[in-house]
Amino acid sequence: MDWLQTLAVVLDSMVRLSIPLICAAMAGLWSEKAGVVDIGLEGKMLVAAFAAAVAAYASGSAWVGLGAGILASVALALLHGFAAITWRGNQIVSGVAVNMLAAGLSVVLGNAWYGQGGRTPSLEGAARFGELTLPFARWAREHVPVLGLFYDEVVSGHAAPAYLAILCVLATALMLKRTRFGLRIRAVGENPAAVDTAGISVAGLRYAAVAICGLLCGLGGTYLAVAQSAGFLPQMTAGRGFIALAAVIFANWRPWPALGACLLFGLLDAVAIRLQGVSLPGIGLVPVEAIQALPYLMTIILLAGFIGKATPPKASGIPYVKER
Amino acid sequence: MSTAPVPPAIELAGISKRFGAVAANRDVSLAVAVGSIHGIVGENGAGKSTLMSILYGFYEADAGEIRVAGKPRRIRSPADAIAAGIGMVHQHFMLVDTLSVVENVVLGAEGGARLKGGLAKARAELARLSREYGLAIEPDAIVGELSVGLQQRVEILKALYRGAEVLILDEPTAVLTPAEADQLFALLRALKAQGKTVILITHKLREIMAVTDTVSVMRRGEMVAGFRTAETSPPALAEAMVGRRVLLRVEKPPRERGAAVLEAVGLTCRDARGTETLRDVGLTLHAGEIVGIAGVAGNGQSELLEVLAGLVQPTRGVIRLGGRILTAADRHPARLRERGVMHVPEDRQRSGLVTAFSAAENAILGYQGDPAFRAGPFLSPARIEAHARTAFAAYDVRPPDPALKTAKFSGGNQQKIVLAREIERHPRVLLVGQPTRGVDIGAIEFIHRRLVELRDAGVAILLVSVELEEVMALSDRILALCGGRITGERAAERADERELGLLMAGVTDEAA
Amino acid sequence: MSAAPIDLPRWADTALVPLVSVAAALLVAGLVVIGIGENPLEATALLLRGALGSAEGIGFTLYYTTNFIFTGLAVAVAFHAGLFNIGGEGQATVAGIFAALACTALSAMPGFLSVAGFLAAPIAILAAAAGGAAYAFVPGWLQAKRGSHVVITTIMLNFVAATLIVYLLREVIGKVGSMQPETPDFPPQAVLAPMHQLLAPLGLKLPATPLNSAFLLALMALVAVWLLIWRTRLGYAIRTVGANPRAAAYAGISPAAVTMVAMAISGALAGGLAVNEALGVQHRLVLDFTAGYGFVGIAVALMGRGHPVGVGLAALLFGVLYQGGAELSFDKPTITRDMVVVIGGVLILFAGALDGLFRKLVALALGRGGPG
Repeated sequence: MDWLQTLAVVLDSMVRLSIPLICAAMAGLWSEKAGVVDIGLEGKMLVAAFAAAVAAYASGSAWVGLGAGILASVALALLHGFAAITWRGNQIVSGVAVNMLAAGLSVVLGNAWYGQGGRTPSLEGAARFGELTLPFARWAREHVPVLGLFYDEVVSGHAAPAYLAILCVLATALMLKRTRFGLRIRAVGENPAAVDTAGISVAGLRYAAVAICGLLCGLGGTYLAVAQSAGFLPQMTAGRGFIALAAVIFANWRPWPALGACLLFGLLDAVAIRLQGVSLPGIGLVPVEAIQALPYLMTIILLAGFIGKATPPKASGIPYVKER
Repeated sequence: MSTAPVPPAIELAGISKRFGAVAANRDVSLAVAVGSIHGIVGENGAGKSTLMSILYGFYEADAGEIRVAGKPRRIRSPADAIAAGIGMVHQHFMLVDTLSVVENVVLGAEGGARLKGGLAKARAELARLSREYGLAIEPDAIVGELSVGLQQRVEILKALYRGAEVLILDEPTAVLTPAEADQLFALLRALKAQGKTVILITHKLREIMAVTDTVSVMRRGEMVAGFRTAETSPPALAEAMVGRRVLLRVEKPPRERGAAVLEAVGLTCRDARGTETLRDVGLTLHAGEIVGIAGVAGNGQSELLEVLAGLVQPTRGVIRLGGRILTAADRHPARLRERGVMHVPEDRQRSGLVTAFSAAENAILGYQGDPAFRAGPFLSPARIEAHARTAFAAYDVRPPDPALKTAKFSGGNQQKIVLAREIERHPRVLLVGQPTRGVDIGAIEFIHRRLVELRDAGVAILLVSVELEEVMALSDRILALCGGRITGERAAERADERELGLLMAGVTDEAA
Repeated sequence: MSAAPIDLPRWADTALVPLVSVAAALLVAGLVVIGIGENPLEATALLLRGALGSAEGIGFTLYYTTNFIFTGLAVAVAFHAGLFNIGGEGQATVAGIFAALACTALSAMPGFLSVAGFLAAPIAILAAAAGGAAYAFVPGWLQAKRGSHVVITTIMLNFVAATLIVYLLREVIGKVGSMQPETPDFPPQAVLAPMHQLLAPLGLKLPATPLNSAFLLALMALVAVWLLIWRTRLGYAIRTVGANPRAAAYAGISPAAVTMVAMAISGALAGGLAVNEALGVQHRLVLDFTAGYGFVGIAVALMGRGHPVGVGLAALLFGVLYQGGAELSFDKPTITRDMVVVIGGVLILFAGALDGLFRKLVALALGRGGPG
């Protein structure tokens, strides 16, 4: 049963590595569904991670950290909205600005406040999200063969934001599909003029979507700094915002497939970490970099239409201007 | 205008609206009786669409008052218009292609935060409306997969679902086949029978005569006339629309046509979706003649121009230039220009000009490879500017400033820049699309004179225009195009509008 | 670069608006400095002294400027074709790899080096340009032929390049026995001469700085790009495709071909970063030598309005900020050099995404606000 144990550990690590991707992917989904392209997911997560670590350290409460992370991320999201929606600026340019702003500001402030080269002091106790053990996890591990092991190892034992993230996928899917707000979001990303002539504010909807995007990035960033790690490190998002973007494209802008893509990319990451320095018979030293590059390569191949077809919302990236 | 005892469904009083320097509407007044179909006619750019956009709250008027059922209303947004019982079917549909019919219908009128109830209600209502008006439609069909005629139905259903008492339709038949148009008119009559009020915007006089009760005419932003439809006639309406009848008076001396220059045989074309846009089209252009294409927009004229100009490759067929068959490599815009096939595209702003460039840079668009514009290996701004200055002087482009950004020229002057560029290269064949669209009257006369001079000088000209009168006035021969097929040919002096109308509607010579 | 609904006189459009956005960005940076409890005026003085106060400082400033000229031009050329190339980092990385491969090959040919050593540096430079061009051609091709958006593909390719260089430095071209991910030193004939050595025969005694002859290449690139964009048929085609692809097709210009060519040129220019860093300064290939210069290039291009003169000035500004920032963080440890990244981000926001706002502000200030 040793390989089962290994599998469970790898899957557990897949879940942990996927959580920030899932948050950011849902964030990107909301924004792009509403027609606002967001390549600033990375920056928003980074700022959230920083703000969450700072607030959690100062207050001693991880939940205060979560609040601060969300606030900071939403503020940055609204800045993107201000440029993209109100001033009809180039959304890519604005996204690049958000990323640079976040990368610079987090280190400048972190260094000025703590003098540790941009790191925040390490979080202990209640300042960090602990691992929650779900009911019956220990019992199931001992009494239910196989499934019990996976329940305890993979499903149970994650921090609160991880479970919140999964709930967010459910909420995103249901809201988009079944609510008035969701219908309007889906409409505004495809044809904002149709929404406008139906008497609904295009800008209002897009701001709402952008704010939700900020909130979800806030959750993801907080998870990174206050649950997965015990504090903020410079550039700790390390491209996760872009992998999430890739996941959204990969999933053709649909929530459940996006969850699947995030888990897949998380799994690749988990496997790469596991295989670091491992020599396999016949292959030799595993080129871990090849596995790490896979999400990006897969996205490029998909975008090129060699397998499947990615169709973004028709109006995404295009500022809405009333036409005569 | 109306003697009905009830107040008019819609009353506009003294509406004015400017866009920058352009007065789109000037002191426009209008009253439409409840339960009637009212037509508004006018040429392109007469201000019809602006007026209706004001009524629908898309723009706010600079001055004037709107009264709905006798009560003054401020309509500042489409939401206000919907609340006032006004619905609008735009020329470009306001539909979300990826959503289903029923989702499109409830958008903005969902009736609650959860969709379920609203969708169920809409389904029932759609079923009722379908029965009442014979508007059969599958509520769960994806709108993007429906035909244009069905999409228009969805638009009408949307308005009715919101409780519209007044329905505005902006050029509804521009995209419809004649059969679909007839269905639409039947529906409008049914709506009228139910007491709804319909405002129909069009520039087609036939439609006005066929379906409206009253009609008003707009010209250059003003309301110039109002009639009961039964008491007027197409010539009277046309005169009111055009004012001075410039279009019909082109001095055109008779001329013997020369040898065949450009011949097309069996041209067939498909668009990206695989639909045939041209079917087995054959035509011959002779030196010294203008061949006009008559057709309702979207019946293959654009594709015909594009194929002959080398912008689109035909799926079948042969093009001969001066007797020689053009190979696929020859059918390229640059190669064709070298051989004297010049092209004034239908939409100058979208494809004929780069409006962000200076006028001088646009004066060489398509001819940028000409060594005359270079000094050594590099482009010479001085030479380009000198060339532009000469061309602009010959075509009276105002202001004659080659350094000015092209976007800052008026529509007429932009068109003159394009014409100057193409005609000054001494074409053998000139392909012209919509030469006078959005051009002021003075420039229209100038452009028409130039085209006739060119014909007299022996150039073979193919003219595509949505203005039938323009086609009739300029052409020596007229070909009617419908559904991508040539449905008939007439010598200009023997053509009459009614007969051409039938050909344009697909009633071919054999069938007639 | 974006449709400008507000009409401004040309001087205001090309000079005043960028200046106002730079001033506003520096103001924001000043506020951040105040926020961390330092005096922004003192910081500015230290920064300027560090960047321009000595021959050594100026040498470093121009060395950084070289990087920004290349990456700024790369973004600008793509912009003219209506393309947003955010793949400068990846393209420079691959350019570095190509240069390193060329140098490795040259090292293996001592005979060639002794006979025609003067060719080694040009070969290495061309290899870098070819690497950058090839790596940018891929997203260009994907955009032109498969419709995949250049922004997304260049982002993804940045990461692919980042993993590729790690693998190559560790497994293939890395220095044997070294713990550092780096190549062996390039042959001396292949590297670029430092400026202080170049100018020494002229009697100019300059302190040793990383400034090297790549700076001269960068200046030539400025002129070459100006000629290309405004004085050649290809440039005319690039601008036509960027402004109106339909008009380009009408004019017999193939938007697909121009897209690919413009991306390749853009990538080759991004390769200049590798020339300056690897061939000019490090004399070997190290990990992460691109250090975010590719992204700052976006700020440079936006600020410079895509014009080589503007790009040159904006690159100089960032050179000053980088060098001055380094000196500043030496004196004031609370102000790290990441401040420059903040300024870059704010500038991209102000000069790029919020361009409309700044144009409006300038228009109002000039009394040209009007309605709308």
